[in-house]
Amino acid sequence: MNGDGSLEWLRREGRIVVVGASLAGLRAAETLREKGFAGSLTLIGDEPHAPYDRPPLSKQVLLGMTTADRTALPRRRDVDATWRLGVPATGLDMAARRVRLADGDEVPYDRLLIATGVRARPWPHEREAELDGVFVLRTRDDCAALARRLAEGPKRVFVIGAGFTGSEIASACRERGLPVTVAERGASPLVGALGGVVGAVAADLQQEHGVDLRCGVMVTALEGDATGRVRAAHLSDGATVETDVVVVSLGATRNTEWLAGSGLGAGPRGIACDAGCRAFDIRGIVTDDIYVAGDVARSPHPLFGYQFLSLEHWGNAVCQAEIAAHNMLSASADRLPHMWVPAFWSSQFGVNIKSVGVPSMGTEIVVSQGSLDSHRFVGVYGYQGRVIGAVSFDHARWLPFYQELIETTAPFPPPFHMVDRRPDGHRPLDADFPDPSVPTHGPTVTLSGYSPADRRMRFTPAR
Amino acid sequence: MTQSLLHQILDYANRADPYPLYEELRKTPVHHDEGGPYVIGTYYEIRSLLHDPRISSDASNLASTAGDPLAESSQGDSALPPSFLRLDPPEHDRLRRMTNRPFGPPHSPHRVDGMRPELHEIVTGLIDGIGDTDRIDLVEAVSYPFPVTVICRLLGVPREDEARFHSWADTIAASLDPDPDADPAERGKVAHDARMQLGMYLAGLIEERRKNPGDDMLSELATAKGPDGAMTTMELLSTAALLLIAGHETTVNLVTNGMLTLLRHPDVLRRLRAEPRLAVPLVEELLRYEPPVQLVPQRTTLADIEVHGVTIPKGASLWLVLASGNRDPKRFENPDRFDPDRRDNQHLGLGSGIHSCFGAPLARLEAQTALAELARRLENPRLLEDPPPYRQNAVLRGPRHLPIACDGIRP
Repeated sequence: MNGDGSLEWLRREGRIVVVGASLAGLRAAETLREKGFAGSLTLIGDEPHAPYDRPPLSKQVLLGMTTADRTALPRRRDVDATWRLGVPATGLDMAARRVRLADGDEVPYDRLLIATGVRARPWPHEREAELDGVFVLRTRDDCAALARRLAEGPKRVFVIGAGFTGSEIASACRERGLPVTVAERGASPLVGALGGVVGAVAADLQQEHGVDLRCGVMVTALEGDATGRVRAAHLSDGATVETDVVVVSLGATRNTEWLAGSGLGAGPRGIACDAGCRAFDIRGIVTDDIYVAGDVARSPHPLFGYQFLSLEHWGNAVCQAEIAAHNMLSASADRLPHMWVPAFWSSQFGVNIKSVGVPSMGTEIVVSQGSLDSHRFVGVYGYQGRVIGAVSFDHARWLPFYQELIETTAPFPPPFHMVDRRPDGHRPLDADFPDPSVPTHGPTVTLSGYSPADRRMRFTPAR
Repeated sequence: MTQSLLHQILDYANRADPYPLYEELRKTPVHHDEGGPYVIGTYYEIRSLLHDPRISSDASNLASTAGDPLAESSQGDSALPPSFLRLDPPEHDRLRRMTNRPFGPPHSPHRVDGMRPELHEIVTGLIDGIGDTDRIDLVEAVSYPFPVTVICRLLGVPREDEARFHSWADTIAASLDPDPDADPAERGKVAHDARMQLGMYLAGLIEERRKNPGDDMLSELATAKGPDGAMTTMELLSTAALLLIAGHETTVNLVTNGMLTLLRHPDVLRRLRAEPRLAVPLVEELLRYEPPVQLVPQRTTLADIEVHGVTIPKGASLWLVLASGNRDPKRFENPDRFDPDRRDNQHLGLGSGIHSCFGAPLARLEAQTALAELARRLENPRLLEDPPPYRQNAVLRGPRHLPIACDGIRP
């Protein structure tokens, strides 16, 4: 029972504002109602669409199995909210507890949840980025435009960046029979997230499926024709690839600019918050009325040395939104920590890829089940003698076991016999992650910031 | 004191209601009698063991079958190589993957759903044929013939052969359900003969399908051109036998247990009549509340593993009592309550991990179809015996007969 009764008042007639009307925003709103919040609820989103699901955009939609407008997120319950869609938030007045909108309106709140997520990092050369035929893939509209162009049967699709999204795009194009070139700055696809050992398997997969894969190169320029349509890409190794569609897949930028000057601890790497999703201000003081969830949040995880993790994962957005919503309505002793174990999946070139933990923190890898050659395996990542992550290629049903190993800080390499463990699967290899000080478009999981065990801060350039 | 718990669970006298024994079982995280199997009955432990790569399904990894009361009865298929149910990866994965190609997504996303009209037609026909409504044995009238007919159609057994096929399947199924009064040698011989005849029949059918493929599963398996190539005839026979046995022996019990549960919960039966879509969550709850596969006895450890402070040695026989995990109060609120509106119902009724029930989509659809139709058409149905007589089998548990009566059959 809250001493001053303010919590009771909040639940009954408070005003909660959620900025960001995507997965995390929607699930938070639903959870608030589920937990009995009866006050007013406002959801603010910069896109004009009701919340939709992103994973299908780079898969089913590009394959033509469904359309971008059929990806609306299923609703768990009625949220009875005021929706302000198509209107970006532009500012925050923490003292007055108001969110400013692009249309000049101001929305007052008693509790605020920030779930503004990330946006695609655009091609840095503005004029080239504006060429007809140059796309990014993050939103529903991006996807609809790209899907339309693919349906027209381009001569060649050129993908810049072989992270998960870039690789999925390449996969969809190959499945549709379109010629694809992929240019990757690193030594192999997925190298930032999974390291070079697994990256080599990903490279194999791409080549087997007819992708013209170019690794260790940068794109120096995109060239347009007289009508302003893209016609070629120039590479740092001197090569030129003729193409009529370019997809820029260089990772994401966190949507925090609107908070500049607000006093909230928000920056290019996200918004720092505590394990209960409460945002920090720039003085390092935790707020009591501002919460963060989803891709834009950066929170300490006890399993990974309390490092602040930013996770662009579907499951993380859902879990963090639920925790934030719960904590918003709870007295301090009833609050819950966000202890979700990172997990993500991808589907490309007919292979189901799943990961748990934080592979990119690993320095060594051991193939504990299956084999790299068969493209069906589980790779376990080790960090300072413990299991820190695992990835499976078409072997996902074993992953809960590896999650348990991570959760219990089991020793690395796992010493026991297992089904499908091959003789060479006992020898750890260097996981071969790129040097973090060398700029790449970055892993899906960004590790950064302060750790109680190691007080040095290491700056990892944003790109 | 706990010495006799496992024997009590296997004791036929407790077949009708093993749940109090499971409650007892859950008090010990790892139940082990000297020389016997290691028995696990709690939800989270079972779930994690089903995903544990240190657990093998391959009987050759057992240190010894001594002390395993089910060891002999589960080794019936000795004439054939082990089916993928009894194999580990990578062989398991290869065979299951090949079997899945003609059965489910991604290559055959419509196979099961496409059978919807046919399932409905088969159930309708069986209910039409019930006749005397003063005493119906639901097992004989509907829940037994239904899945056997379905598996015949799925595999592509010609209609005119279905009767012969039924009788072999009957005999083999009966051998999995030991009758304490029968002469074991005689029973063994009868089952062996049936297995041989069924094997010869299937081998003939496979040859026939290789020459004249149809769009049934056996044709597609026999002519497979996927990345894994084709199964050998022996592999194909093992797989077909597995689909046949696992595919109907379990669904019989699911439908029968379902009707029994509904007759014990008339309010739910009334609701199902009014809203047939309730069949979907209702079957999920049934799989939790009265799962046809009560326990998985075919697992062994590849290493010494620790479960809740107890070390289970390498090569030990491990039993996972799914039905007990399904009633674990640490996982399910009011676990002994039958509640078709239950949320977050991640039961163990179909297993989990790489061996999770292959036929699950079909079993679900069969049970949903049969129960919704029975609820709709039987007028004022009631149980004539409660509990009904059970089958001997403690693993695949279900009533041998389900005598019911009703006032008539609605059109």
